[in-house]
Amino acid sequence: MSDSDWVDDGPLVRPYALVRGRTRARHDVFDLVAFVVALVDTLQGWIHIEPEHTRLLILCRKPVSVSELSAGTNLPIGVVRVLLGDLLDMGAIRVREPSERPSPQLIREVLTGLRAL
Amino acid sequence: MSSIVPRGKTPPLAADDLPQAVKILVAGGFGTGKTTLVSTISEITPFHTEETLTRASIGIDDTSGVELKATTTVAMDFGRITLRDRLDLFLFGTPGQDRFWFMWDELAAGALCAVVLVDTRRLPVSFPSIDYFERRRLPFVVAVNSFSGSRAYPVETVRAALDLNPDVPVVMCDARQRRSVKDLLISALEHALAIEERAAAREKTS
Ligand SMILES: Nc1nc2c(ncn2[C@@H]2O[C@H](COP(=O)(O)OP(=O)(O)O)[C@@H](O)[C@H]2O)c(=O)[nH]1
Ligand SMILES: [Mg+2]
Repeated sequence: MSDSDWVDDGPLVRPYALVRGRTRARHDVFDLVAFVVALVDTLQGWIHIEPEHTRLLILCRKPVSVSELSAGTNLPIGVVRVLLGDLLDMGAIRVREPSERPSPQLIREVLTGLRAL
Repeated sequence: MSSIVPRGKTPPLAADDLPQAVKILVAGGFGTGKTTLVSTISEITPFHTEETLTRASIGIDDTSGVELKATTTVAMDFGRITLRDRLDLFLFGTPGQDRFWFMWDELAAGALCAVVLVDTRRLPVSFPSIDYFERRRLPFVVAVNSFSGSRAYPVETVRAALDLNPDVPVVMCDARQRRSVKDLLISALEHALAIEERAAAREKTS
């Protein structure tokens, strides 16, 4: 992979139109590896619902990470965060953030898991 | 936005029944084997995800809103390994290029440790990764990726050329071999654990 494969300077109007120029989620809880799960089946009764909200909700019927939601919807992480923030406001999802600083105990658990692979 | 809360079903899972995630970063210059390493060990097809560089995301206060014309996407490789029920390890290949340092900061936040891949024919391409983790104090190991056609140098020669702190492990690796990648990740974690334990011991005695 060459240096230039990392970048694509094309316009990304659609995803950003989708979040109406909101670039920062109101919630600072969507780490790349935070896990999200749906708490509701549908978003009926809400206005300002975009199809992407529903796509995200369907993808997180089982717990799924924010990174995988971005890959699964082909939306940039920043846009996924804003949309997940909307879902969180609606009470439609629940989120688990990773710990800020891994404890020795956690590292040991990871080691045990890896050795057993 | 509507304020009517839909009557959802009973929450299927309590928050800590959701998986706990940990991450390890895979860094090194272009062509050192990052993408290969992530796909060798990941149980999911490694994803490619994108983040968009906007003025907002690079931290410049810009009240005029998003510059739609001036967006640049940065692609990242990532993979996942389920270690046990509800404990998942994520691997992120760090994006190259200096203008993506802001993304590295996000990736490094809360990471357990990092692996820096080097190709002995082109050591300098991995210097910025080493500098970054040293500055950031994220525990890392250096993995000498064994490319065919490259001379095998003793680990100590590589260490000297990279001017590494003596406690940083330098290990051989073949990013295409699962066993080799697994051993590499174990070395990185053992190194991180040793550092954490030393820090914990210091906190106790002081
Ligand atoms: N011989 C050998 N080739 C490798 C190894 N790891 C990667 N490669 C090859 O080196 C090239 C660059 O690897 P890639 O994973 O794309 O590097 P990246 O730019 O760091 O993501 C690819 O053609 C790989 O097949 C290795 O351990 N040994
Ligand atoms: Mg790559």
